[in-house]
This record gives sequence, C-alpha cells and structure tokens, in this order.
Amino acid sequence: MPAPVPNHPFVTRSSRGRLIEGAVFWLMRLATYFVLVCGLCVLGDIFLKGGRTVFQAEFPYVNVPFLTQAPETLYVFEHEGQKMQLGDRDFRAFREAATAKAKAAGQPAPQFRTESYVYSAGGIWPCIVGTVLLVVGSMSIALILGVASAIYLNEYAKDTPGVRAIRLAILNLAGVPSIVFGLFGFGLFVIFLDWNVSLLAGWFTLAFMVLPVVITASEEALKAVPKGFREGSLALGATKWQTIRKNVLPYALPGILTSSILGIARVAGETAPIMFTAAYVVRDKLPWEVEKVSDFFFQGVMALPYHIYVVSSKIPQNEYTARVQYGTAFVFLFIVAVIALSSILLRNHLRRRYQW
Amino acid sequence: MEPSAPLAIRVPAPRDVGATSTIIEIEDFNFSYGAKQALFDVNLKLDARRVTAFIGPSGCGKTTLLRCLNRMNDLIDGTVINGGRIRIHGVDINGPEVDAIELRKRVGMVFQKSNPFPKSIYENVIYGLRIQGVGSKSRLDEIVEKSLRGAALWDEVKDRLHESGVGLSGGQQQRLCIARAIAVQPEVILMDEPCSALDPIATAKVEELIHDLKKDYTIIIVTHSMQQAARVSDKTAFFYLGRLVEYDDTQTIFMNPANPQTEAYVSGRFG
Repeated sequence: MPAPVPNHPFVTRSSRGRLIEGAVFWLMRLATYFVLVCGLCVLGDIFLKGGRTVFQAEFPYVNVPFLTQAPETLYVFEHEGQKMQLGDRDFRAFREAATAKAKAAGQPAPQFRTESYVYSAGGIWPCIVGTVLLVVGSMSIALILGVASAIYLNEYAKDTPGVRAIRLAILNLAGVPSIVFGLFGFGLFVIFLDWNVSLLAGWFTLAFMVLPVVITASEEALKAVPKGFREGSLALGATKWQTIRKNVLPYALPGILTSSILGIARVAGETAPIMFTAAYVVRDKLPWEVEKVSDFFFQGVMALPYHIYVVSSKIPQNEYTARVQYGTAFVFLFIVAVIALSSILLRNHLRRRYQW
Repeated sequence: MEPSAPLAIRVPAPRDVGATSTIIEIEDFNFSYGAKQALFDVNLKLDARRVTAFIGPSGCGKTTLLRCLNRMNDLIDGTVINGGRIRIHGVDINGPEVDAIELRKRVGMVFQKSNPFPKSIYENVIYGLRIQGVGSKSRLDEIVEKSLRGAALWDEVKDRLHESGVGLSGGQQQRLCIARAIAVQPEVILMDEPCSALDPIATAKVEELIHDLKKDYTIIIVTHSMQQAARVSDKTAFFYLGRLVEYDDTQTIFMNPANPQTEAYVSGRFG
C-alpha cells in the first residue's frame, strides 16, 4: 500500500523546473570534481616521481647532492663486470685511479666504453639560486614601479580621458603573451641597452610582465581603504603624501601583497621571457662568484623553468633524464610554494595589525 | 520627582558670555561642483568662541559650505569657487599665498561618520602632532591626556591607550575624533553631523562636550536635528537650495523666525 500523500500546502511536488535545477547543480558539481581530479593527477605525478629524486630512504632522507650540486654529464659504463653510473667529476677521478692502479700493477691502462648522458647527473643548485634571484629582483622592481604608479593613478591623477587610456593600456598589457615580453626584453635590454643576457635584463623583463597585475591589484587595494582615513588625515593638516604614507599605504599593503603572491608564481614560472634575456643552459660559476660587484648584475643565470625545458626537450631523452625532469619540477613547485606561503604569512600578520 | 542626573537633557547654553568678535566672514560666496552650482551668494559672519549651527534639508549646501571653510572641497575634482570669498581673521583663505595645509591645522574637522584610524588610541590622538614632527614623548603624553580629557574620553580609555581606536563604541569613536582634532590646537572646529550615527546617550555626551569646548574653540556644526541645533548653538543659519535663508540667534530662529520658509522648516512642516 503506498504511503498516503499528505494534504497540506507545503507538500513537495516534483516538477520540470525542480528536475532542471537538480541537473544543473550536478553538472556544476561534476565540473568541479573534474578540475580537482586533473589538478590532483598533475601534482600527484610530479610529487610521486619527483619525490623519488629528491627524497631517499637513508639518512639524511633528502638527496643532498641533487639540491647542492651543479648539473653534470652522466657516464654509464661497465667496469670489471659491474655496471656503473658516475657523474662527470667522479668518472674522471675513477678513471685516473683505475689507470694508476693498472700502471702500478704493470698492466695496460683499462679501456672504458662509456655512454654519456648530458645533464643527467649532479643536481640543480645553480637553477635554484638563479630562480630565487630572478624572483626577488623582478618582484622588487615590479612592486616599486607598480605601487608607485598605482598611487599616482589612484591618489593623484584626475579622472581624465588620458588617465583612463593609461588604465586601459595597463589592463591590455596583462593579456600580452609572455614570449612577446621576452622579445621586447631581448630587443630593449639585451641588444639596445647592451646588457647582454643578464640578471638585470631578466629582472626588468619579468617585472614588466607582472607590472599590469601589480598595478591593477594595488589600485584595488588602495581603493579599499576608506575615504574617511584620507579626509581625517588631511583635515589634521597632513599633506597628501604624508596621508598616503602614514594612513593609506599601510592599510593597503595586505591587498598589495596578495596580488604580488600571484605575481611571484608567474615570475618564477615563466620560461619565455627569460630564455632570451637571462637564462643560460648551463653555467659553472654560481652568481656570487664574480670578480667585481657590478658583474653580478650582468651575468646570466640558470633557472628552474628553463632547466626543465632544456632537460625535457633540448637533450636526447632516455631512461636517465626523467629523474632530473621530475626532480626539478618538484623542487620548482616547492620553492614557489615556500615563497608564496611566506608572503601569505606576512600578509596575514599585517592584516591583523590593521583592522577596521 | 528629581530629574535623574546623567540622562537629563541639558538646559540650553547661556547665550551671552562676554563680547562676541567675528572670526569668519563669508562674502557673496558662490560654489559649484562642475556644472552644478551648490551655493549662491552666501553672506555670513561667524562669531569666535561660539557655536554656530547650519541647518536645512538635505542637499541645501550646508555641508558644502562647511567643507569650504577648511578647503576640504579642494580634494574633489571639478569644484569651482565662482565668486565671493571666505575670510578668516580677515585673510582670504582661497588667496594665492594661503597654504591649505596650514589652514587645516587651524581649522579642524570632525566628520559625520566617525573615522578613527586603525591605530592605537594614543596614536590616533597624536596623529596630527606626529605629522608636524613633534617627537618628545613627555610632551606627547601630556597632549594625549589633555586632549582626551578635553573630549571627555580620558576616564573611559586611560587604561587602554594602546589598544586600537576602532574597538571603541560609536560615541567613543566620535569623541576620539574630536580629541584628535583638538590635539593640534585649532581655533575653529567644523563638525559635520557629528551625532547622526550615535544613540541618544552618546549624542548627549557629545553635545555636552560641544558646550564645554566653546570656551576655547569656535565651533560650527552641521546638523539635521533641529533639537540639537536648538540645544547646542548660539546662532543658527538656515539654508535652502544653496541659499542662506536666515541667520540669527538660535532663540530667534526657533521662536520667532523672520522668514516663513524658516518657520515652516523649524516647525517640521517640510524638510
């Protein structure tokens, strides 16, 4: 016997509209899950395979050479019936030792039939250093230029057609592909200003690339500071700049930092702008090993995204390269996460300090 | 029954304390926001160390005139003074050699929406002094106490001077803004509907404070509440559609206005 249908005005009735509503809701839910699964697949792949390179079972549980050495050529060879894999320097030392041993024993020098795989041994320390330097330098430039222009546009400039055109231009700049910024930087900094492939050229190219984001977001952050703070300060006899410095900018900083967190991820991740302006495929010296201080700014560096590009598309692929590719990607994600996390912590700290 | 002390409505301020002297003269003043004219030929002489109230319906130009007195309207794009002048101590404040910054140090302002800065109470009070570069700790301490006492807030906040000013109640916030304004020792304090967001008790406190402050300061208050104008002011100016309709002793304006429009407004028939 079916349950008796209750007879009151609020009884649930099925209808077409209700059905569509349910379907749409499920569609959105599935779309969200799909995105989630895609993200998890990508990250999981990198973490699993990269983790194998970066971490190890024995003490100290982290693959220290991978994090602290420069990339080397991997030599694979057979010696006395054993298959061996050695990096460039280790292989030379091994060969010398073996030759000396043979000489002492009065035997002919052993012949090594080696296969060499470029960049498959050693580590990525110069890339880590280079990426950190690129991020710190370009974000400093972008924040100084970006916040200054945002202050000018939001606090000083009158709302004229000219200013509106500038704003529109800045917004459009955000849509320019990064390779175009790379070519622009190559043309202006590397060739015209004759800075060569250098940190400085990379800093400015990357800074110009994130400037639109920084300016737009800084302007939003400045707009979010109540007008009453400005008027209150001005009514006490403060100048405009005093007002901005003491009573507007400090409260806008958390918002500005939020935008720069996005900027950091982008600056660290882009390959195209630095491949013409700052990145070297390989460089033996670390950035601070320079003779003059001024040389520091005019040297190219290795960088993580460019290294990933090189080891995954510029060298012959084989069983030994995957290790470096995934390891580099893992370290890269980790560094971006650390930089972003520290900005988030700083932002939250500032937010707590200034609440209204 | 005895009227219980704290909530009693205060009797109107004594009107005739000492001789009056004019501090602000407004002559044939015209003012526009872009193409829209907001003030037409306003003529007004404001007395020193008195409370003057500006009343009138919304959009009548009273706040605009108030903000002209310390040139806060300079900050709005497209504002034009199209005739007339405002003199303070005989000096045309829109003259070429007048620095708006110096003017605002002498003519302070309290806003409709209380706007304590998200800093400590102490830092709020000394904001104007820090701007002027006063660094001496003992002097700052002294001024903080004096200003907070002046704004009748000292007893309520003396134990938490270093807590955020935003944590105070609405009425306390507004008195903090008054303390901040008097810390820079202005001559004139402009108040733009200072009690419009406050409850009756907080309003009574601020009104009492205004009454005390006029010993030392010239106060000009814009208000929508006619009772408030009647309670706190010595003189009242009634504005309508950008024109000054009537300006006289508060008692005259409320009891015996010369203009029928004023009479209609103060008796609540329009506005």
